[in-house]
Amino acid sequence: MHTSLAVRTENVSRHYQMGAALVRAVDGISISIQAGEFVALLGASGSGKSSLLNLVAGLDSPTSGTVAVHGSNLAALSREELAKYRLHTVGMVFQSFNLIPSMSLLENVELPMRFAEVDRRERSALARQSLERVGLSGRLSHRPMELSGGEQQRASLARALINRPKLLLADEPTGNLDSRTGTEIMDLIRSFNQSLGMTVVMVTHEQTLAEKYAGRMLHLADGKLVDDTANNYDSKVLPESKQVPRPAGEIR
Amino acid sequence: MKLYDVADLAVRNLRESIFRNSLTTIGISVGVASLVAMLSLGIGLQQLASRRLQKSGLFDTVVATSRRDLRNFREQREEGPPPSDSPSLDEPALIKIAEIPGVVEAYPDIRFVTDVRFDDKPHLTMVAGIPFSARNNNDAFDGMQGSFFSSDAAAEVILQKSFAEELLGITPKPGTDTTNIAELAKPLLGKQVTMRYAERTSSPSAGAGDSAAYSVVSRERVLKIVGLTDLDPDSLRGTARARVFMPLKLALDLHIMQSNLRDTSASDSPSYTSLSVRVQNPNQVPAVEDAIKKMGFSAFSIVDAARSMRQFFAVLDGFLAIFGSLALAVASIGIVNTLVMAILERRREIGIMKAIGASDADVRGLFFAEAGAMGLVGGAVGVTLGWVIGRLINFGTNIYLERQHFPAAQIWSVPLWLVLGAIGFSVMVSLLSGLYPASRAARLDPVQALRYE
Repeated sequence: MHTSLAVRTENVSRHYQMGAALVRAVDGISISIQAGEFVALLGASGSGKSSLLNLVAGLDSPTSGTVAVHGSNLAALSREELAKYRLHTVGMVFQSFNLIPSMSLLENVELPMRFAEVDRRERSALARQSLERVGLSGRLSHRPMELSGGEQQRASLARALINRPKLLLADEPTGNLDSRTGTEIMDLIRSFNQSLGMTVVMVTHEQTLAEKYAGRMLHLADGKLVDDTANNYDSKVLPESKQVPRPAGEIR
Repeated sequence: MKLYDVADLAVRNLRESIFRNSLTTIGISVGVASLVAMLSLGIGLQQLASRRLQKSGLFDTVVATSRRDLRNFREQREEGPPPSDSPSLDEPALIKIAEIPGVVEAYPDIRFVTDVRFDDKPHLTMVAGIPFSARNNNDAFDGMQGSFFSSDAAAEVILQKSFAEELLGITPKPGTDTTNIAELAKPLLGKQVTMRYAERTSSPSAGAGDSAAYSVVSRERVLKIVGLTDLDPDSLRGTARARVFMPLKLALDLHIMQSNLRDTSASDSPSYTSLSVRVQNPNQVPAVEDAIKKMGFSAFSIVDAARSMRQFFAVLDGFLAIFGSLALAVASIGIVNTLVMAILERRREIGIMKAIGASDADVRGLFFAEAGAMGLVGGAVGVTLGWVIGRLINFGTNIYLERQHFPAAQIWSVPLWLVLGAIGFSVMVSLLSGLYPASRAARLDPVQALRYE
């Protein structure tokens, strides 16, 4: 397993003004996440877990403190470099899937590769492969609205992984899914974490979900880190019935 | 993003809101169409005017006169030898002038006042000799009734409209110009007129070289009316206009006493009062004029008129372009509106694209491409539309002209540069309109955009 540092925040804060009030969404959090870890960010809504995830994703910039991912300080990057970082280093999965409704699944998964200027033919082959890996090879030309929530989330996972990121960030990935479908998605995420050594940071408010899948749980409240516990999930037995589709090939 | 992907995504996005984007594009088309229609008419009118003026000989003709001729009212104070010492404008001089580079032809101006009889009634008028080449290069003979002279020395005449009216005893009311030339031509074409003139012949008693010795014989010549012309083929002449035209060669051969030839006796050296010198293109007029002056003759042309005409049309085209562009300016506001609406509508989509790695430049390029695509399609449709409108206006104008008994005219022209220029201008205006929406989309905060439902 990797032992290098994947994410390191130092006293990071994100404050913003809302009317007269100053909202401290993230308030002086320092954490270190090793490469290959599966970390759950837990907390009530408004605790700052999504804000912290956005900072790590490079979608938002801290008011103070630093966020470093694989050694590079995000605050020092230009807008252009941040876009490159989001394109190549992180993959994101959202609660509401965030697929583009006017595009087919294949096109949705291809989209990040358009930004990465990958050749058209190569792009199509990789997208097919990626969709196959999440078990959607029969739905390539469907539009997102024609699919179930679980299928949409699988597609969005395929999209998140298409540029081979080092870091997978998931914001309530099962929030819009029933528990059975949610488990399927979580199993997929875990398979990527385990077979590819991909670092996973997942925001959730479900304690049980975190306990079942995450190796480490960070509890947030009012923008502050209140608890950091290791979770030896290896001792828990995976239900055999849950068949996780295995990757068709090694992700390069 | 690669250019292909930008274009692909832009077209895809435009198709997603096909109705709204079509409306915007139609707006651009109307703007471009009005621009093209206006300019095509401006250019067409300019071409019509220059065609007419060029054929009238205003711009490609130099009139050469001898300085010895004291009767020459156009004589100006010019440098060079005094009039008495200047060379005479004779046949060798004509040949020399015809050899000046750029000169197409040089021919003597033959004109005389004489008595023309029709139906036994005498009519005093100015008669002019017309070179055979005028058939092709004088606009006055383009829309004529009947036909041009059958040969360079045929015993035929072409009448000017006002003389035809005189022959038939028609007096148009002053200020009206409604006599139908075709009606005038019917009773005249093929009829004959008798021209009375005095021929100058060498006196048999006089010795050779004695140019002062000649005798005058009264003659008559029957000439057939072959044509009628509305326009004046002789417009360069100012007030001394002829109303009856005969082939130049015939006019020379008759040795007419009253004509403005210095010596029309059968001796081998006639001397002319003035020559018309036709030049290949108007730019060569000053050079030819100078060359003629160096030979010791006076030269006269109206080349400056061409310049002021071009200036006039440049101003006219400018005004037409401004009016045409107004519609395009309105259309460009439509583009801004459509794209700003698209940003609101696609706010979430922009957020998603940014979250998965699109840069500001990618988003900006996408909106820019959408604006450009609308400009391109709008420009192409607009040029077609403007072309049709121009044609219709031309068609309508010609119906009107025909009713007023004027010859049809091409008052409309769409040159290739106008087609390409209009499309280019449309794309440029659209891109400019896209600047603001595109940069606004690019600056969108992805966190805010993703929160937006």
